[in-house]
Order: sequence, then structure tokens, then C-alpha cells
Amino acid sequence: MAAHRCGLSLVCILIFSSLAHPSSCDTLEKANDNTAEKRSISEVNTDGSVAGEALNERQWQSTDAEVDRSDSTTHSEALTPAAARDEFQEELVIRPLHSGDIYASFQFRTLWDTDFLQEGQKVSHYRLFPKSLGQVLSKFSVRELHISFTQGFWRTMQWGQPFIPSPPGAELWVWFHDTVSDVDGNWKELTNVLSGIFCASLNFIDLTNTVQPSASFKPLGLGNATDHRFLRYATLPREIVCTENLTPWKKLLPCGSKAGLAVLMKSEKLFHSSFHSQAVHIRPICQDEQCSSKAWELRQTLNVVFDLHTSGQGKKEWSLFKMFSRTLTEACPLASSSKVYVDITDNPEGELFELSPATPLLGQAVVLGDRRTYSVYDLSRAETFGQLRSFNLLLRWKGDSGDMLRPLLHAERYVAGFGLQTGEIHTVIYNNHPYRAFPVLLMDSVPWYLQLYIHTLTVTSKSRDNKPSYIHYQPAKDRHRPHLLEMLIQLPPHSMTEVTVQFERALLKWTEYTPDPNHDLTSIVPVKEESSYFVRVYTEPLLVNLPTPDFSMPYNVICLTCTVVAVGYGSFYNLLTRTFQVDEPSPPLSKRLANLIRRMRGVPLLT
Amino acid sequence: MAALQLEKQRGRYAALAIAAVVIVVGIPLWWKTTETYRAWLPFSEISELDSLQLQLSVDIEVVFSRGTLTPEQQKKFPLSHVNEKEHQLHHKTEFSCGSVVVYVIPESSTLLPEDVKVYVGQRRTALLRSPPFKTSWNLKEVLSNLDVEVEQVVSTMSFGHQDIVAALSNRVRMTKVTKESMADSMRAIKSSPGYEITFSLLNPDPKSHSLHWDIEGAVQSYIQPLLNKLAPIANFSVDSQILYYAVLGVNPRFDNSVSAYTLSADSLSHVINPVEARLGSNAASSNPVLNFLLYVPDAHHSPLFIRDHSKRKVPSNAFHSPRWGGIMVYNVNEMYGPEAERPVDININMAKVMGVFLAQLRLMLGVQHTHPPTGFVLQSPGSAGLADWELDRLLWSRSVENIATASTTITSLAQLLDQIGNIVINDNIAQQVSSAVTSLQSAVAELEAGNLAFALQYSREAILASERAFFDPSLLHLLYFPDDQKFAIYIPLFLPMCVPIVLSLLKIVSEAKKRRADKQAKSD
Repeated sequence: MAAHRCGLSLVCILIFSSLAHPSSCDTLEKANDNTAEKRSISEVNTDGSVAGEALNERQWQSTDAEVDRSDSTTHSEALTPAAARDEFQEELVIRPLHSGDIYASFQFRTLWDTDFLQEGQKVSHYRLFPKSLGQVLSKFSVRELHISFTQGFWRTMQWGQPFIPSPPGAELWVWFHDTVSDVDGNWKELTNVLSGIFCASLNFIDLTNTVQPSASFKPLGLGNATDHRFLRYATLPREIVCTENLTPWKKLLPCGSKAGLAVLMKSEKLFHSSFHSQAVHIRPICQDEQCSSKAWELRQTLNVVFDLHTSGQGKKEWSLFKMFSRTLTEACPLASSSKVYVDITDNPEGELFELSPATPLLGQAVVLGDRRTYSVYDLSRAETFGQLRSFNLLLRWKGDSGDMLRPLLHAERYVAGFGLQTGEIHTVIYNNHPYRAFPVLLMDSVPWYLQLYIHTLTVTSKSRDNKPSYIHYQPAKDRHRPHLLEMLIQLPPHSMTEVTVQFERALLKWTEYTPDPNHDLTSIVPVKEESSYFVRVYTEPLLVNLPTPDFSMPYNVICLTCTVVAVGYGSFYNLLTRTFQVDEPSPPLSKRLANLIRRMRGVPLLT
Repeated sequence: MAALQLEKQRGRYAALAIAAVVIVVGIPLWWKTTETYRAWLPFSEISELDSLQLQLSVDIEVVFSRGTLTPEQQKKFPLSHVNEKEHQLHHKTEFSCGSVVVYVIPESSTLLPEDVKVYVGQRRTALLRSPPFKTSWNLKEVLSNLDVEVEQVVSTMSFGHQDIVAALSNRVRMTKVTKESMADSMRAIKSSPGYEITFSLLNPDPKSHSLHWDIEGAVQSYIQPLLNKLAPIANFSVDSQILYYAVLGVNPRFDNSVSAYTLSADSLSHVINPVEARLGSNAASSNPVLNFLLYVPDAHHSPLFIRDHSKRKVPSNAFHSPRWGGIMVYNVNEMYGPEAERPVDININMAKVMGVFLAQLRLMLGVQHTHPPTGFVLQSPGSAGLADWELDRLLWSRSVENIATASTTITSLAQLLDQIGNIVINDNIAQQVSSAVTSLQSAVAELEAGNLAFALQYSREAILASERAFFDPSLLHLLYFPDDQKFAIYIPLFLPMCVPIVLSLLKIVSEAKKRRADKQAKSD
């Protein structure tokens, strides 16, 4: 009974939408506009030397899928008056987490005023935008591309919400342009090309793990495409992310890892962490307020959570050098803005920790519905680097970090049941808001070898039946298509909602088992939320044991059946070819005994 | 006793019947069900391709201008040969691709300077100063007298022995190849249905200088005319990129005598590798890439000059690597100016750069430098950078090369399939192979007939089909299915089944022998 086969399983998404129907594709854009209005950017300018920083303060927020139009125009004009139609920005946001860990989030943004999908005119001259990605975009008519590689699981309960959520392993979702006729063919070729660009096994994405979610993944950029025929979504939870994925990712940056923030990316440090996630997001955005022309935005993000608490020998302090074993010496000369932000929201009076060097610049912004305050270090100014010409940010904890608020939303999932035949998938979604109900869109993509009994689907919150207002279910086809389940559920305030569905494990053909099938994994739940913003939450991967055969079995079976056939055939052959003749029956035992006695007595024998 | 005999006879018949069934039904059934599918391939035609005899023919039109021939000679021409047209020297009449027209002008003509024997025009025409004719000659004699000159003209304008040898160099090792033509043939990139041309500007020091190059305009005005001209050969796509912090693989040495950094010719081979990692391959196509790098040395290592083997400064400051591309070093240290305001905005002089790249591109594409015999004058190739007859030369050698490559591919595929019996040959592969063979045959026939354009087209089709067949993934499915595994599977079944049959057959045979011996003993 050593064999524990774990199959892959699912993906769910929850969308919290204050706009009740999930089909409003421009929720994000609207959401951003709302936040932009609400956001008050207060400059606390202690030495009175910096003006006009207000615009820049918002940049890091583009982590929240934010289009910063006004900013981009100002810069492109300031930098090179003539030809430069593209620009590059880099930023690093550091947030000390309550658990004692450090969350570092890099973001590199390249904007380019061009249109890859223009008819007749090929884009072929690249400056800051990487050529390889540009060629992919125009060859496959990609409207939007999102790809992420993640190692480790984001612990929402301890760390709060990440800036950009991503599931463990690799995730790829692509919106194709609506002129594409053979979407599946393009998708297949695109995954192969991307797997070459990023040195990842994206080529294992095929029809059996690709879904077309109808509501969960809306385009984040321009255009209100709602026809999900042009959307493809796939995850590879088994993908192991390592240095070979980071190197090609760094090569896409204009400055490489030679200058700017990217010098901090030393792979032995980045992968010696609790959580590592790198992503590439490409989307078309508006070039200006009127949206008269399109621009393309490439965002490369890298998020790391360092467990400095345990590795720091009990000392509660960290510095750039401790985290990355490098310090910053210059900004990338090509970047129009290059900044480091430290989240000091929980430390307004400096009672929790102390930052050195201290910065006169503070910025405020609303992130995921939360007003945060940041210390800002502008790398494009020489003062930042001080006398030593090197910038090493140091943070020393003074007291015990306070308790963390429970995140508003989180989700978990597990498999229940016993035996290797049937089981039950439980997805539990918590709404910790004391008085607000949230609509949530749950997406679940289950591999075909878990056969779902969709009639057993139950949704209960507060031990009452909670009827989903929208269900989209696409059953699986064996060896062709996974199950796709999308549901819009209303989460009551301060509640726990449980979604259960029963399944049966299918028997695979012996060649269909993955290498090393005795270990494994998977599933992810992306959850989205929206209340003037939206959140996507992924659950942990689900481990499902599948009945695993003994893999020497085929040969054993061959030998056994052959033996049986041979034995049967042998007796049959004997029966047919042997000659049978009537034998003189020997006298029965009693008669022989009697004769023996008679011989001894001298009496004539019986015949 | 008779019954027993009868029973024995029946057993014998049963054993024979079972053996017969196994041999007649069982073995063919097993053979049929376990055999790999192998579609029919035209092996005989392929083996003919292996010893391919190419025959190239060129249409040559010889036009005698007024005053070259005496009236008597003209009279002796059959009527159809008299073709007295007034041709302008650079007339616009299009001659079909691959043909050559030779105008013979009188010896005394003042059209050409005194010492010039042949003037080769931009298109497919040449002027030939006629050698003196005897008035008594008839046409045949006149023509045979012209043969040597015409042949020279053709070998300049179409192909010579060297070109064909160079084109076949991959397939046929010839001993007579000169070093130079060998270098020519190695330099040119292999024939392919398409090429990607990538211009990269390497800026290792964006802190000191920010570079601007009008690559779009430069490509439009310098590269595109040549590519348009070359369109019949292949599809070209051009792109460009700027790479920052890209450095060469070697540290240039400072030379006090010229107060500049120098790269010696020996170290150039180490320059490319580290840069190439940054260049990136073309994600969207699998055509061969030609790289042209413009390297602007950083402020601390400039000016930078390249020196050739004889330690002289290379005037163009550029070099190329066969079948890979070219690198040009562009020094900007004069433009820094006195003030230390960095980065300095620098506009790159694209005319200078593109002149070098264009020359390198011609080399890479195999537009070979022709060495005309003495007395030949070539007209300069005009704005496109390529005369029609130069294109023809290229087409000739490309068609021959394509045919050679395709037939090598097809023959080696056929050999492979012949040798390894496990490979499945699907219908589509068989179809690709036979279409490649037919295209090859038609290409050869067209070359023989002198239709260059068709020959090239067929040879390209042949290459495409042969490569598709050769690289088809379905060939790999059962490639490595070792024989010992087959035996391991068959033995448990076949051994117990065959042993009784064989034994009983042996027994029957021995009994029959014994009976015959008995009979013989009895009769004796």
C-alpha cells in the first residue's frame, strides 16, 4: 500500500463585486478610477525641497493594476523630447510583515506607444521593450498576456493580501485578439514559445489543463472583450521555479541585472526565501486621458518573502544587504523613475521600528482598500546614496510587532473521504468583515481524472443553504478537457461558506501516470474580490491520491496470462493428439487382498 | 489392435493439423498484427537521386549589330535567324530570369574604350567587341569564333565552375577548390526559405551616452531596396533592438602608440559569445538569423579600433563572422564635448553604419565578388546594390545548392528508414517524400531546360518537403524499441506453445522413418 498517487486538482476564483453582475468587464478600470479619486496623496515634506513628487508617489501602486497615465506623459516629455516613445520605471516596495518576515515587491514597468496588432505594419524596431516578447505578441495576436511562476504558498492568514496574487507553480492566461481564427492552435504554439523564452515546462499545457473561464478572468487592459472564446487559462501546479526561470526573466529588463534595482536580484538569496513569485503582465492601456491612442504596458514583478526572523539569529533587524547581500549604488540610467518604498503604516510614530537612513519623503496611497503610508527613497537623486555612494536601507525593530488584523477574505480547501474510490472536495471561504456581505466568484478547474458528481454540489453558509446566483459548469471529457465550475456566491458578513462536491477517482492508463506519481499535488483557488477594488485569492494546492498500480505490472500480467494460456493450450493439445486405449482394469483392492490370503492358504485364486 | 492403430493415426493427424493451423493462420496473423506501418516510398527514384547528374543550361541570345556582318553573311542566314532590331543599349525589355543577351558590336565601334573588350550592363546584357571575321565565313564559323568570348561572358554573368563547386561544397568534397572560393562558400549563409535580419545597437555604458539611431529610416533607404531585389530568393524580415550593458567578451588592449584601445584579429573570435547570450533568438520563427551589431564602446574604453593580422587599423572598423553576421565598432569619444554633462545625447550617422552592414549583408547572402577576366568592364549596380545578372548568379548557385541539400536529406532519410525497421512511416511522410522527389526531378529538368525561375521554385519546394519529412515527430515513436524486450514478451507465450508442436512433429517424423525402415527390412 505504499503507492500514494496524488492527482492534480483545481482552481477557483472568487470575485467580490460590488457591481453585482460579474460580466461587467470594466470593473477594474472603474475601480481604479474610484480609487484614484478617493486617494489623497499627501506629501509630508519636511525639508521643503521636493515638489511635484505627488505624481510619482502613485507609481508603485500599479501593482494594483493601475494605469498611471498622467505620470507617463510627463516623464516621456521631460526625458527625451524627440523620439523616445517608450519609457521604463522601476520600484521596490518593502513591507515589514507582522509575522516578522519581510515582503519585498519589485516592479519594472515598460510603456511603449505602439500597436502590435496594427494591420499591415509590423513592429520591428525595439528600444526598451524586449524584442522576444514583442515578436510573440505580434505573431500570435495576443491582446493580453499574464504569466507567473511561484515557488511557495502565500500565507494569507499571516501575511495579509499580496500586491499581486499568484498560485504555486506556473500560471498563464492569455486574451487573444478577436481576429484570431484558430485560438487553440495559437495557444499551443504560444505556450511552446513561452516555454522556450522562460525556460519553463509550459509546453505541458495542453487541452487537458486549459479552460476558458466565462467570468473569472476579465481583460485587465483596454478593450471590453467579453467573448471568452478568446481567453485561455492554464496552471501547472507541479512546476518548480528556480534560477533557470529567473535568468531569462532578468534578461527582459533593459538594464539587465547590471544597474538599478535589479542588481539586488541574486538568485541564491531570492530562492532562499519562504515565498518567491515572478510574473510578466502585458496589456494594452490608454496613452492619455482621452484614450485617443493605445500604448502597451509590460510589467515585470517579482515578490519575495524573506524569513529573516529565523535566519537572523533571533535579532529583529534587517537591511538590504542582509536580504539581498547587495546594496544599491545607482538607479538604472534608462529608468524615468526609480524608487524604493517602505511601508510604515503600522509605525506612524516610530515606536515599532526605526529606519535608517531616514527619509524626508512620505507618500500615501490606498492599496487594496487600505490607506498605507510609505517612506520614499528616490534613487535618481544623488542625496539618497549619501557619502558612501551606496544605499543600504536598515530597519531595526524596537518592540514586539503588534497583532495582525485577520484578512477580510481567505479561503482554504481540502479533500475529505476515505479509500481510493470516492472523495469529497471541500472549499471553505471566510468572510471576516463584521457587517458587509461580499459577492464572490469561485472558479474551480478539476482534471478529468477526478470525476465530479455535480449533483452533490452544496453551498452552505451559516449552516444554511446558500444558492449561487450564477453557475457555469462545463463537464470534463476524458483525456480532452478538465471540469470547469464557476459560481457567483454571496458571502454573508462574518461567516464561513463551505462548498462541497463529491468525486470519483478514475483509473488511468499506465502510460498516463506522471513521472514519480507517488508524490504530488495540486490545485489552486484564485479568489477575486471587489469593493471598489478587487482581490483574487488562491487556495493551497490540493493533494489527491489516485489508485496507483505497481508499475512492473504489465510484464507480470503478460507472464501470467501467457502461462495460463500455455497451460490451457497444453492440456487441450494433449487431449487432441494423445492416443487413448482401453487398459485391462487391475482387480480391485479387496479382490487382491482376498487372493493374497487365498495364496497363503493354498486355495485357488479368484478371477 | 486395428482400433489402436486408428487412434494413433488420428492423433498424428490432429498434431499435423494443429501445426498446419499454427503455420498457415497463426504466424501470418502474428506477423500482420505486430508489424509497424510502413508506407511505400519511391526508393528506386531516391537512389537515382543519390548519383545526381546536374546539367545546367543558359539561354544565350547573340545579337549582331549593324556593321558586324557582311551582307553576304547575312544572306547566308536562314531567314528566321535574321533578327535586325534596333536595341537601345540599356533597353527596358525584360529578359527572362537566367538568360543572357550578348550584343556583338563591330571591332571599329567607338562605343567602348580602346582596351575594353566586354562591357557588362546592369541588366542581363553585355556588349562584346567582335573579333575580326573573315568575310568568307558562314554563320557557324562566325559563331564558333565567338565561342570563347561568349563563354567568358556567361561565366561572369551566370555561373562558372567555381560557383557550382562552392554551392555543392557541403555535399561533394572537391580537391580543386581554391582557398578563396572555399571561404566564399563558407561565408554565405545556407540556403533557406527565409531569413531574419537583426540589427542590434550595443550600448555598454548608458550612463555616459544615450544613443539615438534612426534604424527605421536607414533600413528603408539602404537595406530594403536590396531585399526587394532579393525577394525571389527568400523572405526577409528585418528587426532591430537596443541592448544596454552588453559588453564584448574580450578586454581591448590600450595601445600607447595611437593612444587608443585596440582589438587584434586573433581575439575577435572571443568577442561574440558573451554578446550572443543577450541577443536572444527569434521567438516567432525558426529561420536562420543574421545579426548585425553596432558596438559603441564605453567612455573608458574608447576610441576602440580593430586591427587585422598585419597589425594595421581596419578602415571600416568592422568585422564579420561567417554565417552569423557582422560587428561594427562605432567610436563616439569625439562627441563627448568639453563639459562633463552625462549622458551625452549622440545621434549615430546611419549612412556610415549602413554602408558597412550592407557590404556584410551582401557577403552573408552569397552575392559573391566577381573577378571578371581582363578587358571586362562591369557597370555599377545602381541603387538597389545588385545588378540583375548578379541576382541570376545567386539564383543559379542557390538552385544547385537547394537541389543538393534536398537530395541529401531525402537520401539519408531513405537510408535511415531502410536500416531501422522499427520506424513507422505514415502516409503523410510518404507523401512528403514523394512530393520532394517529384519537385527535385522537375527542378533538375528545369535547370536542364534553362528555366531558372522555375528551377529555383521547385528546388525550394523540394527542400521544404524533404525537411518536413525528415523532422516529422511521428518517425520517433517506435524508433527505440529494442529486440530483447520483444523477446521477453514473446517467450512466455511462444515457448510453451511451440515445444509440444515441435516435439510431436519430430515424433511423427521419426515414426515415419522407423516404419519405412521396417518396411524395407520386411521386403528384404
